[in-house]
Parts: sequence; C-alpha cells; structure tokens
Amino acid sequence: MGAWKEYVANLRAVPRAAWGSLVRHGPPVTDRSRAETVFQNLFLHIHSTRVHRWSLRWSYTMGLGLICAASFVLLTVTGLLLMFYYKPSTALAYQSIKDIHYVVPSGRFIRNLHRWGAHLMVVVVLLHMARVFYTASYRRPREMNWMFGLVLMVLTLGLSFSGYLLPWDQLAYWAVTIGANIAQSPKELTDAVGITRYVDIGGLQKTLLLGSRSVGEDALIRFYVLHVFFLPLLLGVFMGLHFWRIRKDGGLSRPADADERLGPPGDDVLPVFSQAPRKTYGLMAVVRGTSPSVGRGPENTLPSWPHLLTAETAVFMLTLAVTLALSFFFDAPLKEMANPLVPENPAKAPWYFLGLQEIVSFSAFAGGVLLPMITLLGLALIPYLDREPEGVGLWFGARDRGKEVFLLSAAFGLAAAVSMEAFAIRFGWLRSWFPGIPQIAITVVNPGTVLTALYMAFSIWILRRENSTRLSAIAIFTCFLTGFVVLTLIGTWFRGPNWEFFWSPSRWPVH
Amino acid sequence: MSVDDRMKGIGRRDLLSLAAWGTFGASMVTALVGVFRLPKPAVIPEPSQKVKVGPPGSIPEMEYRIVAGRNIFVSRGEEGVFAISAICTHLGCVVAPAPTGFHCPCHGSRFDALGRVVGGPAPRGLDWLKVTGAPDGELVVDEGEPVPPRTYLKV
Repeated sequence: MGAWKEYVANLRAVPRAAWGSLVRHGPPVTDRSRAETVFQNLFLHIHSTRVHRWSLRWSYTMGLGLICAASFVLLTVTGLLLMFYYKPSTALAYQSIKDIHYVVPSGRFIRNLHRWGAHLMVVVVLLHMARVFYTASYRRPREMNWMFGLVLMVLTLGLSFSGYLLPWDQLAYWAVTIGANIAQSPKELTDAVGITRYVDIGGLQKTLLLGSRSVGEDALIRFYVLHVFFLPLLLGVFMGLHFWRIRKDGGLSRPADADERLGPPGDDVLPVFSQAPRKTYGLMAVVRGTSPSVGRGPENTLPSWPHLLTAETAVFMLTLAVTLALSFFFDAPLKEMANPLVPENPAKAPWYFLGLQEIVSFSAFAGGVLLPMITLLGLALIPYLDREPEGVGLWFGARDRGKEVFLLSAAFGLAAAVSMEAFAIRFGWLRSWFPGIPQIAITVVNPGTVLTALYMAFSIWILRRENSTRLSAIAIFTCFLTGFVVLTLIGTWFRGPNWEFFWSPSRWPVH
Repeated sequence: MSVDDRMKGIGRRDLLSLAAWGTFGASMVTALVGVFRLPKPAVIPEPSQKVKVGPPGSIPEMEYRIVAGRNIFVSRGEEGVFAISAICTHLGCVVAPAPTGFHCPCHGSRFDALGRVVGGPAPRGLDWLKVTGAPDGELVVDEGEPVPPRTYLKV
C-alpha cells in the first residue's frame, strides 16, 4: 500500500520534479541564484554573471551589436521559411517568388521581413563598426575581435549580394552581372600589362562565381548554396568567435576610471553579496585588491540577471518591432523577370553598393577591387597602427580634441567628395579630354583614387599636426565614412538612365 | 646524450616528427586542391556561341541589325559584312544603339559607330566578332571569337 501512495504522490509531483530537473537553481532572487540563472543555462552562459554598469548604458553601445545579432536570428528564421517554397532554377525562381508573395499564407509578410531584416542588418553592422571605432574599442586586447568584426561585415555584404540574385528579376540579373564583371575586372590590369593570356585572375574569379560565362542556371545554384548554407554557416562561426572574444577580452571596453565617472550605484540597484556566501574565501587570493568587498559587487558590477538580460530582450523586441512595422507597410520590390537581352536602365545595385557603383563608373578595377581592398586593409591595420592608451571606452575618445578632429574630418570628407563628384560630373575625366589615353592611366588616376589620396593626405597632415595616431585614425575613418555616404547618396538619388546626373528622378527622360 | 650532441643536426625523433607533420600538411594540401578544383567547370554549360544571321543580302547597309536572341549587332559597310558584340567591355551590360554609336545604360560608357570608346569607363572598344560563310550561303557569327576591329568579310 505504501508503494501505491508513493506512486500517486510521485505522479502528482511530476510537473514540479520535471521543472526542478531542468532548472536546478531556485528563483533568481539571491545573488547566487541570479548567477546560476546565467551560468547554468546553455544559451545564457555566453554572458558573464555580472556586468559593468558602463556596458549597460544605452548612450554607449546603443545596442547596435545586439541588433545585428537579432536581425541575423530573424533572417535565419524567415530565410528557412522561404526555403519551403523557393525553387532555385531559372525557369521557376521568379514564379516561386510570385507564389510566395501572392499565394503562400503570410508568405508576403515573411518575405518582407527577410528583405527589411537584411537592410537593417547592413545598416546596423556599419553603425556598430562606427560605434566601436569612435569609442576606441579596437585597442589592445580587442584587436583580433575588431578583425572578426571586419570578417562579419564582409560576410554580411556577401549574404546581401548573394541573396539579391535569387528572385531572378531584372534588378537581380543585372546587379549580379555587374558584380561578376567587377570580380573579373583585374583583367583591366592584366590586359594593360599584357599577361591575361597566362594569368587571368579576373576571368578565374568570374568563372568560379558564375560557373559559366554569363549569369544563368549555374550562377543561380551557386548563389543559392552560398546564400543558404556556406555564408550563414561562416557568419555563425564568426559570430561565436566574436561573442567569445568579448568575454575573453574582459567584457565591453570602458575607461579605466569608469566607476568614478559613473558615481555610486543608485538605490534601485539590487544589493549584492548580502546573503551568506556558501563558498569559502579561498579564491580571494587570486582577486586583485586588498580586501573583499562587502555589500557591493567588484567595481560596482550588477548581476547580468536581470539587468543585462532584460536590456537584451528589449533590444531584440525593438528590432522585431521595427522590422514588423516596415514589413507591414512596405512590400519588398519585384521587377519583371530577368531578361539577358535588355538591361535595366539604370541598373542599380542595392543601396549599400551604390557608393561602390559610383566609383566603379570611373574605373571597374580601381572602384570595384582596388579601393575596397585598400579600405579593408586600412580598417584591419587601424588597431595595430594606433596603440595610444588614451580614450578607450569614451565617445570620440582621444588624448584631447577627439570631437574637433571628428567634425573637421567630416567637413573635409564631405567637401572633398562633393567637389570631386561635381568636378567629374561637370567637366568629365581624362578620357573626355584625351580620347587616346591608355586605360591604365584612368585606372590609376580617377575620381575614386584621387579622393582616396586626398583623404590619406589629410589624415597624414592630422597625424603630423596633432602628433597623435588616434586623431589621425579618426581623420581617415571619418573621411571614408562621409565619402561613402556622399557616394551612396549620389548613386541612389542623382544617377538616372545611362548613369547620367539628374537633380531628381522626376527629370529622367521618358522612354 | 650531452647538450652538444643535441645541437648537431636533427635526431631520430625530430626527423620522424617532421615527417609526420610533413605528411599531414601534404595530405591537407592535396585535399584542398581537390576541393578547390571542383568549382571550376571543365565544360562551360552554354549553348553554342555560333549563330546563323541569314544570307548576306539580309544584312542592312550602314545601319545595325540586332541578331534575334543574341547580343550581337551585324551590319554591312563598303568593305564588307561585320559583327560587333553588344556586351559593354566595362561591366557586361548590353549597349543600346544611339544616333552616334552605342550607349551603355549601366555606367554611361559611349562608343562610336565602329565600337571605339569615346567616353565613360569602358577600358576598351566593343569586341568585333568573327563572321564566316556557311555552306548553305548564310553567314555565321561566332560570339566566342573576337577579332581585331575593322575585320570585314567580303561578300
């Protein structure tokens, strides 16, 4: 009879016992159980159990890195859903997108979310990089995490570009034709030297990308495989590395005197270390300082549960809310089906590549390969060339004058980019003046390369005048950023049919 | 074995260790070469690049005709028949005929009536394509075979 009673009691206790075997710590009301909430959970234990107040300030991180991660999660989920209906074949791809848009239940909404999530991710990745740069967070020991960030940025752009072909509409077809020919553009250089017959790097790159001479079935399959498997996998791996390095590098960057700058924690902060500890103080030997803190965490840190995790949830919700709202009001575009005989006029890439398209319209190799390579190389070198200790963890942090140099560089970057464009639009360039000029001269000297040279000269001038590598880094980064914005705006709004300059799309010729 | 002996060249264990790492490296490189050979197609999966464009009499004089379904212009001048590729040498868009020659819609390259660059970013003129006569009297243009500019086929 005893066994029967026990059986019934056990049966009634199943829900509680099952929950207890899943979550072994009690409710998160003590320091210990708050810490356990974080470190006993596989998905949460990527966080440290305590977080510095500096890392929690909205004005410092603006949650940008988290928005990138949130939009990647959103894109993975919506992308996997789209894969149920999408058919990667030239005959069916366009129709399957139409099906998704008009027939599949909530298909249009999922597709819109995927589109807007992708745009958001690109914007926020760039903003996140700017945040990390302007707070000097790339400094030792975070150099390698800056590199991983660059890899993530390139992968994000690669994902956008590979996804662009999949709808197989006119915009997709011609943007990828242009992209593939940019990959082929080292030919411009090998042609000039006369070695294309022996070393055709450009041709090889194009063939590897398209699997053929032109954009067709093979290119579509390649882009599909890259878009749904290789690039997301790589991005996931590098995201893991990126997050892991944040922990290993000691959390988010902050100034050495962050605690003094913040003052004593407010009253609403949960008291810490107030309960009787269950561990001995043996670990005290490896902790810096002379006496254990009582009643407050080290450096006034706060428990990640609830402070960090609620903030993260809020950022995630915000990301979702923004993309949901955009997807509700604005549909993802779809042009006519791809036609290899008639290009779009103008054939524009997605907006974040229009700055590139603008300099490509001066020289394919310089704009499409040389300058992007120089930009990436420069970004990669920044943490190794600027090793000053001042300014870490502060907006526009530098020895002094960080903000002034930023404003000065923004003004210079803007003026130089606008006047260079205005000059090229008004007066043309070398070929309009000397029709017989060899191509190599235009590859080397064109508005894009001249602008880059001006920016470099400006940053060297700042380096010598201010005697600071950090201020010089701020100068070149800000110049490139404003240049990118100017070129993107011109490519987006001021270029019309035949890539000619127009004050507004309403003045485009009718045809 | 004294310290001096160890300094003299590599010992048995070092040699074996080197050989093992060498084998590991060689097999990895071989595997990678195999992996990276795969994406480069041995055969380009495309229809034939040769296309019949009709008998010489059907080629218009002093104006361009676009070959149906292909990016080729054919025309006839005083020197003979010739074909020009419509693929822009800048980034592969298709050029459109304009009063003075050809315009590219993508980045504004301009070519004269004989395909020479007169403006814009194109690195070289439009490709001229080889024109031959087929036994049945029609002309054949080979998109895969560019020829030097001003190569005509006398008819």
